[in-house]
Amino acid sequence: MSEITRDTVAHLATLAHIEMSEEQLQAMAGELQQIVGAVAQVSEVAGDDVPATSHPLPLRNVMREDVVGEPLTAEEALSGAPDAEDGQFKVPAILEED
Amino acid sequence: MSADILSFEEAMENFDPVLGFEVHVELNTKTKMFDAAPNAFGDQPNTNTTPVSLGLPGVLPVVNKKAVESAVRLGLALNCSIAPVSHFARKNYFYPDTPKNFQTSQYDEPIAFDGEITVELEDGTPFTIEIERAHMEEDAGKLTHKGGATGRIQGAEFSLVDYNRAGVPLIEIVTKPIVGAGDRAPELARVYVAAIREIVKNLGISDARMERGNVRCDANVSLMPKGSTTFGTRSETKNVNSLRAVERAVRYEIQRHAAVLTAGDAIVQETRHWHEDTRSTTSGRPKSDADDYRYFPEPDLVPVVPDPEWVEQLRAELPEPPSERRKKLKAEWGYSDQEFRDVVNAGVLDEIEATIAAGATAGAARKWWMGEIARLANVRGTEIAELGVTPEHVVEIESLIGAKTINDKIAKQVIGHIADGEGSPAQVVEARSLAVVSDDGVLLTAIDDAMAQMPDVVAKVQAGKVQAVGALIGPVMKATKGQADAGRVRELILEKLGIN
Amino acid sequence: MTQNIIELSAAELAQKLAEREVTSVQAVEAHLERIAATDGRPVEADNPYAGKTGLNAFLHVNTEEALSVAAEVDAARESGEDLPELAGVPIAVKDLIVTKGQPTTAASKMLEGWMSPYDGTVTQRLRAARMPMLGKTNLDEFAMGSTTEHSAYGVTRNPWDLTRIPGGSGGGSAAAVTAFQAPLALGTDTGGSIRQPAAVTGSVGVKPTYGSVSRYGVIAMASSLDQVGPCSRTVLDAALLHEVVGGHDPQDSTSLTDPATGFASAARAGAAEGGLKGLRVGVVKELTGEGFQAGVEQRFREAVDLLRSAGAEVVEVETPNFRYALGAYYLIMSSEVSSNLAKYDGVRFGRRTLPTDGNLTIERVMGATRAAGFGAEVKRRTILGTYALSAGYYDAYYGSAQKVRTLVQRDFNAAFEKCDVLISPTAPTTAFPIGSVDEHADPMQMYLNDVATIPTNLAGVPAISLPAGLAPEDGLPVGVQFMAPAREDARLYCAGAGLEALLTQANGGPIWKDLPDVVTAVNNLPGTTSAVATEGAAK
Repeated sequence: MSEITRDTVAHLATLAHIEMSEEQLQAMAGELQQIVGAVAQVSEVAGDDVPATSHPLPLRNVMREDVVGEPLTAEEALSGAPDAEDGQFKVPAILEED
Repeated sequence: MSADILSFEEAMENFDPVLGFEVHVELNTKTKMFDAAPNAFGDQPNTNTTPVSLGLPGVLPVVNKKAVESAVRLGLALNCSIAPVSHFARKNYFYPDTPKNFQTSQYDEPIAFDGEITVELEDGTPFTIEIERAHMEEDAGKLTHKGGATGRIQGAEFSLVDYNRAGVPLIEIVTKPIVGAGDRAPELARVYVAAIREIVKNLGISDARMERGNVRCDANVSLMPKGSTTFGTRSETKNVNSLRAVERAVRYEIQRHAAVLTAGDAIVQETRHWHEDTRSTTSGRPKSDADDYRYFPEPDLVPVVPDPEWVEQLRAELPEPPSERRKKLKAEWGYSDQEFRDVVNAGVLDEIEATIAAGATAGAARKWWMGEIARLANVRGTEIAELGVTPEHVVEIESLIGAKTINDKIAKQVIGHIADGEGSPAQVVEARSLAVVSDDGVLLTAIDDAMAQMPDVVAKVQAGKVQAVGALIGPVMKATKGQADAGRVRELILEKLGIN
Repeated sequence: MTQNIIELSAAELAQKLAEREVTSVQAVEAHLERIAATDGRPVEADNPYAGKTGLNAFLHVNTEEALSVAAEVDAARESGEDLPELAGVPIAVKDLIVTKGQPTTAASKMLEGWMSPYDGTVTQRLRAARMPMLGKTNLDEFAMGSTTEHSAYGVTRNPWDLTRIPGGSGGGSAAAVTAFQAPLALGTDTGGSIRQPAAVTGSVGVKPTYGSVSRYGVIAMASSLDQVGPCSRTVLDAALLHEVVGGHDPQDSTSLTDPATGFASAARAGAAEGGLKGLRVGVVKELTGEGFQAGVEQRFREAVDLLRSAGAEVVEVETPNFRYALGAYYLIMSSEVSSNLAKYDGVRFGRRTLPTDGNLTIERVMGATRAAGFGAEVKRRTILGTYALSAGYYDAYYGSAQKVRTLVQRDFNAAFEKCDVLISPTAPTTAFPIGSVDEHADPMQMYLNDVATIPTNLAGVPAISLPAGLAPEDGLPVGVQFMAPAREDARLYCAGAGLEALLTQANGGPIWKDLPDVVTAVNNLPGTTSAVATEGAAK
């Protein structure tokens, strides 16, 4: 298990889009270290022969027919929007193009 | 980084290009990938959404069966293996056009993998491209950047988001690294994307209109010094959205890489943006930690396990592959090798087929699509198929010519007006009064004028030099602004002079 | 009359409604009055985050709509219409389930004031069953916690002792049914959020088989673990509610196709004389002993003895991998949380917070929105999950946790070869005092509350918690839990109702006969204790 530093948390907070103060970063590093320390033994339990389970029950091929349902009106779609203009969601400038 | 580039020839002297493509194909299903919202282009913003496509709290995805079928059929058409068990995964990243701030995609278990297609270069040389995988995912919404000078993202003050496209089914086709194309790499790039477009169109799974983003290409380019087999650092040029742009972008990147490497610098692994106006790429963002997408199996969806019998049935029902179809059409139409290759390279096979099916002769169809329409597309810098002229228009033009309502010269004008969105040929002819002058009275007046002005020519004709009549036809055509039927004018002159 | 109505079980009330002894409007009014008398008023008029002066089980009381639905049911009954069994019986809904016409907050500032434009499937089923919704109940923010102390809108108090936690995350629903504010409530259970509150409030809570009840319209915490289930005072009531909300839903890809029937009849059969005879009950060795409060152990042992005396065959089973379940759970849960909660970004709905300095870009707005909108526990789990999924750690953490999940399932499979149901205490302790866990100093301490409930969520199997009496040392309720194989939810209702009948007989009545007078306790609550801060990291 690697050490979880303030910088680790800063990186994670960037990935998770949560702004954090210096104090919060420090505190979170300590808490995360404790939690990860407590759960890390998980990685030593199962060998390569144990398959991973991502769904609790073995369902498969759940699909729907390609039939159009009732869409929301633009008004309904925008009803909860923090900001809107011309029937669209409005957001501040985007820093980087993907 | 400076945009200095080496000439293509110089680049090719010292380097071998390695290509790779990620082509996104938007499916033409009725509904989105994971919900029943309509999959439609051009509607009012945010009217094709459900709570699911907006990613509202509490919503869950359900897979569109038709989209899976399309993916399997495409996989088969690309000669891929179809995965016995295929999973969806979440690709986590924040972007305002992505409603859930993750894209539901496929990661280590795509629906189709290990395929290959053989494409033909312009001179008919075959080239086999290996397909690594084809996987299902969902499209993002559309951002419009406002307030900046350019309408581009840089300098914009705010952006508007339309989620109509969010959740539209996509299949991403990823090639293995393509080596050995040499100086034909740019051409191969275009031919490959054209082939994919043709395949998905042929399967009927996508509208395949590049100008609408139905087929989008990310092109990876890297260079190896001649003789080396170690791949260089690659750049990924995003969203190159026309066939000619694909060719130009690959060519440009080869030249740029060559310049950087020749100067002894290192290529930065990054995304690049293609600009059609300057015909160059600019730096996007470098690959970094921000690309930690934290893929994990989508817990809201269960595995897709295609029934082998169903897969075999789909395989049996696949339409004839485009290459077979081309052979057949070439024979049917009676085009020469060169004529047919030109048609294929111009990307108007479908248009010509539809034009013939609608009643035109093979020769007429080729004449218009490869002639005036192709010329106009070139002048206007767009794809032929995207000019706005349809097979029905061409058939109508042919019938107007047949009825002598217009002649070839007027037809060319008519095509220009159709491309301007002025309506059907008949509407254009009507609205612009372009019909040939068929009133003999008007023609006879013009003929009388012409004969009066050129008595020497009249004498020649009367003396038996019938071919001299052309000198009289010219002024008549001029007087009627080209809208006369030259054949009829000739008839009338000869009649008038008593020669039959 | 009013007092009478609220003390009725849902089954009893349904019967009185059917026999027209009581109207639905009367039933709704009685419960609304009870809510008014016990839930308290805002501590601070303009500050919803300060909580309420009483139980604070409800974040929203749906007075108008509940009364109008009740009136419609009464009219329909009057006109002789054929009505569903629970028509007119009021219900409270955990505020993690979206409802048209009522706010849905997930007890987060992030969704303050948000009105869903659509109904969840279970909400639709409640409407179809014509059950008036009394309102939305309090919870730990986004269901993350075991105490409701992480609600942005103040802690819910335990009706048995207002200074103690009601469990969590579904403390609001458990407190509401315990305090007779509602005969029924819906909860959600990701790692014990229905059962642990049921245990510490002396009520009944069921986590159905994963896929038994639709998750469509249930705000996701951890998709592969979340399950909606009933909260009630009796096992039969839980069974009746499960039948209403359960069953296949094509909008949830993980929904089972099994019909939700036979639960009430199983409960009735279990409660009948000799209903437990021959039932093979497995005591889970790993879920007793160290870490479990003495009084909890004692009541648990007594319950097992009662089962044995009623003719059940009691065996001990070993589940060696359960010891890794907590670690695996925290990795899987937090990973899914980090992704499921990404959508709360201030773009499409809910709160938007602008950064106070620097550039106003969407990236910064998202970061500021999530910083201000989420509480400390949500952030902690989001960061943990981001870590567990990040490049280089996936295999060691998320990947390994999924393998442990397989091992836990295997333990269950092996155990169910030897017995029909498993039994354990539901929670290691009785309700502890509000504010007594310092999660910053020891973030794992709170997580240990879920040690007995988590294995079933990992395996997807169903479980029920029911009261087993009061712990001798503190006089607070103790819960026991039955677990059954996947899709065998009926066994839970059978065993649960059987044990419930035995305990009622042994104790001379239901557990709530000893419940202190909540109205008096609320009125005597000293001062207006402000809510426990949720933004602990700001300290």
